[in-house]
Amino acid sequence: MGRLNWLIAEAVDVVPETPRVKTVSLEVPGWTGHVPGQHVDVRLTAEDGYQAQRSYSIASPSDRTRVELTVERLDDGEVSPYLTDELRPGDQIELRGPVGGYFVWEPSRGGPLFLVAGGSGIVPLMAMLRSRAAAGSDVPAVLLFSSRGWEDVIYRDELERIDGNGLRVVHTLTRSKPDGWAGYDRRVDAAMLAEVGPRANDRPHVYVCGPTPFVEAVATALVDLGHEPARIKTERFGPTGG
Amino acid sequence: MDELMLDGNAAAGLLSDVFAVEMTTAIGICDGCGAVEAVGAVRVFRGAGIVLRCPHCDAVLMTVVTAESRTWIDLRGLRTLELETP
Repeated sequence: MGRLNWLIAEAVDVVPETPRVKTVSLEVPGWTGHVPGQHVDVRLTAEDGYQAQRSYSIASPSDRTRVELTVERLDDGEVSPYLTDELRPGDQIELRGPVGGYFVWEPSRGGPLFLVAGGSGIVPLMAMLRSRAAAGSDVPAVLLFSSRGWEDVIYRDELERIDGNGLRVVHTLTRSKPDGWAGYDRRVDAAMLAEVGPRANDRPHVYVCGPTPFVEAVATALVDLGHEPARIKTERFGPTGG
Repeated sequence: MDELMLDGNAAAGLLSDVFAVEMTTAIGICDGCGAVEAVGAVRVFRGAGIVLRCPHCDAVLMTVVTAESRTWIDLRGLRTLELETP
């Protein structure tokens, strides 16, 4: 891959997804495409020269020079509040990538596919599902998506649209639920994973992304259910939680 | 992903400053407990530099500190690091 160069990206669009999450569409001249699950580094430089750099998952499937990032605003963050609150179409930021070859999937890898997301952990998994849909792939796929409440479900309408054609989307809401909610309303556990997901014998490709305690609990439960550790790819972020 | 603790996936760009190959699929053996993991799966803490820790025993595997135009790399906690050579 060689050394990565910083590229100048221009914001084209900033769209709210939920109260705390926005999708930033960037036009990146010189972008050479990416694999779903890969990241970019974003670098901001203040007037005094101070630089802050963070890694973000790419939300969009590979599409020429367009790159979409879906960013959750973290109140004490150095980069995310700028991206969600300040960035306007026409503004420029520095970006390099794509990076990462571990937490990636593309339709040619086949399935079955079992995706487990907590909150904004949906982002790299959505790139995989969008790529699957764009390719017209019928690889069997299940997405189990844990959110705090219905209004916090990122990509809610789009997930409803792409449900079907071999993809099953299952939500669980951990803090609040709408009236009449008949779905899961607890944290992801072994029983839920067993009910929703492909069986270990079917040797699915499993991708788990979310806050660290979420990912570690889910990965442990999956191993207990007999899934091969080598087929469980994880991506975690957030507070250490001890 | 703007917090102090991340994992090896989020460190891919920073590691690419140091190593010329894709690093999240590199396989490391922890010198503390002997666990074998892809770099993408290890814990990463961000401070003055980055610290990679074993997800099994928490031992420090690698630290990378960059200041101005110099980089310091400490690999004491890795028994081996297996890379894909192009």
